[in-house]
Amino acid sequence: MMTETMSSALRSILANRLRSILTILGIVIGVTSVILLISLVSGLNSFITSQIEGLGSNLIFVIPGRIGGSRSPGGIQANRLILQDATNLQKQLLDQAKVSAVVQRTSTLKYNNKLDRGVAIFGVQGNYPDIISVKLTSGKFFNDSEANSGRKVVVIGPTVASTLFGLTSPIGQSVDIGGLKYKVIGLTKSRGSTFGIDQDNSVLIPLTAAQKQFGLDRLNTIYISANNSEQVRKVQAEATSILKKRLSEDDFSVQTQEQTLSTISQITSVLSLALGGIAAISLIVGGIGIMNIMLVSVTERTKEIGLRKALGARPTDIRNQFLIEAITLSGLGGLIGITLGISLSLIIGLFLTTTITWWSIVLSFGFSTLVGILFGVMPAIRAARLNPIQALRYE
Amino acid sequence: MKPVIILKNITKIYQSGELSFRALKNINLTINEGDFTAITGASGSGKSTLMNIIGLLDIPTSGTFLLDNVETSKLNDNQLAKLRNQKIGFIFQSFNLLPRTSAIDNVALPLIYAKIEKYERLEKAKISLDLVGLSDKLKSHPNQLSGGQQQRVAIARALVTNPQILLADEPTGNLDSKSGFEIMQIFKRLNKEGKTIIMITHEPEIAKHAKKIITIKDGDIL
Repeated sequence: MMTETMSSALRSILANRLRSILTILGIVIGVTSVILLISLVSGLNSFITSQIEGLGSNLIFVIPGRIGGSRSPGGIQANRLILQDATNLQKQLLDQAKVSAVVQRTSTLKYNNKLDRGVAIFGVQGNYPDIISVKLTSGKFFNDSEANSGRKVVVIGPTVASTLFGLTSPIGQSVDIGGLKYKVIGLTKSRGSTFGIDQDNSVLIPLTAAQKQFGLDRLNTIYISANNSEQVRKVQAEATSILKKRLSEDDFSVQTQEQTLSTISQITSVLSLALGGIAAISLIVGGIGIMNIMLVSVTERTKEIGLRKALGARPTDIRNQFLIEAITLSGLGGLIGITLGISLSLIIGLFLTTTITWWSIVLSFGFSTLVGILFGVMPAIRAARLNPIQALRYE
Repeated sequence: MKPVIILKNITKIYQSGELSFRALKNINLTINEGDFTAITGASGSGKSTLMNIIGLLDIPTSGTFLLDNVETSKLNDNQLAKLRNQKIGFIFQSFNLLPRTSAIDNVALPLIYAKIEKYERLEKAKISLDLVGLSDKLKSHPNQLSGGQQQRVAIARALVTNPQILLADEPTGNLDSKSGFEIMQIFKRLNKEGKTIIMITHEPEIAKHAKKIITIKDGDIL
């Protein structure tokens, strides 16, 4: 009975091929976009996660402002974090952790006639590579004494190198940063570009030089690396109490790598829900399309319904026939949507990070089938209730 | 002679707002096993209403209808559907075959509702099509068959559940006289083999083929 009803449903869908395709388009688009958007957000999540994990191990971040507080983290007016705080931390955590302060701004680099605009300039201390993993393809990093003496040296990213120097080696050349000459001493390995942000269009210069040239007395980040993983929580607590001596608790946040990761995954799951929910609206619109076409189908096949009733079909048989047809339509749309969603995610995955999640597939397929049932019920009941005499007489 | 249909004081009133119309007035009719009865009458005489009541598609306003000794007035939709499936084979004026569906699948359709397995369904459908001389058209679709052939497929469909009664509503109305004559020959043969046939027609030429003719006028049997 079931297989009979299924094949009859498929026959009727195939008999009106164009109409069926147009009907399921809404479901196809809905399922495709749910899978695609969720795979993009999941990809974003795994990209950020790998970036943060790739920074180093046992890391603790001190950033200005309070996460979840009245002042936003990283806000310029709120920033009271200064080099003295980093120095205090290093002195008092000497046997447990390494501490490194970072300032940041954007500037234009010049070499001969070539310009590279919007380069991220990081002012860092000499111990920076001990804490944050920096891979060099050539040259070397500046050491503590070079950094503290305020020498104008720079380690450049591959995008900067190719923009300004082309194929020639940049090592030993002098480059103009915001009007002052810096000597290139190292070249970092490519970290790639994702979501339109070029990770490689950046340079690292000594903190002292950066502060002097750009007048940056506020720090953007203080990185703390605990000597071993068991001590991360303890170092976090101590760092907080050290900073509290000078600053109020609204002035800074101390977060471990894990806390940062969980914050990010919280943000991305909210993003997934929001985007997936918007895409799911088109599933409902698709369901209305199915209901519409099922009502047309019931009217068109009034005579067939009358005949089936005369031949012994019970009202439930007729209801099931049309319900299964609606579910087959929406299920078919779901399957096409899954195929499209996965293919598009894979294609986009060539340029951006995408992660196809099984739950988005199950969720969107389940939802599309549910839509088929919900919107198929009304036309099916209408068909089941048709009076056989009037139905047989219908022309 | 065993009666298969007994109608006692059957009245059918159609109510439409304030207006009511008595389509059938106190009909008393008995049809025995093996009868071949033609019901004739002008359009609007009530013959279609009578047909619908005998076919369990409509219920009378009052009176009792015994189909094979089963009192039908107390039955619900599902029980009526089951009786229709088992006891009555319908043949319509416009054949009512499913389009895009082969002859054998059309014939097997009632067996789906009798919950018979697919293999058995196709076997029975084949036998049935053989009875009407169409064993070479099993896979043909309705649009590949002539009107006469389509009506023979419809007769095979009516026969497939081996019902007691064949109920034909103007079976030759859409056919030329030659095809109509052929259909009547099939009916006569089936009747000779023991099938009870009730046929509605307004054509005296066709009614002549039946053993017994009942004429209805204004809801009464003349």
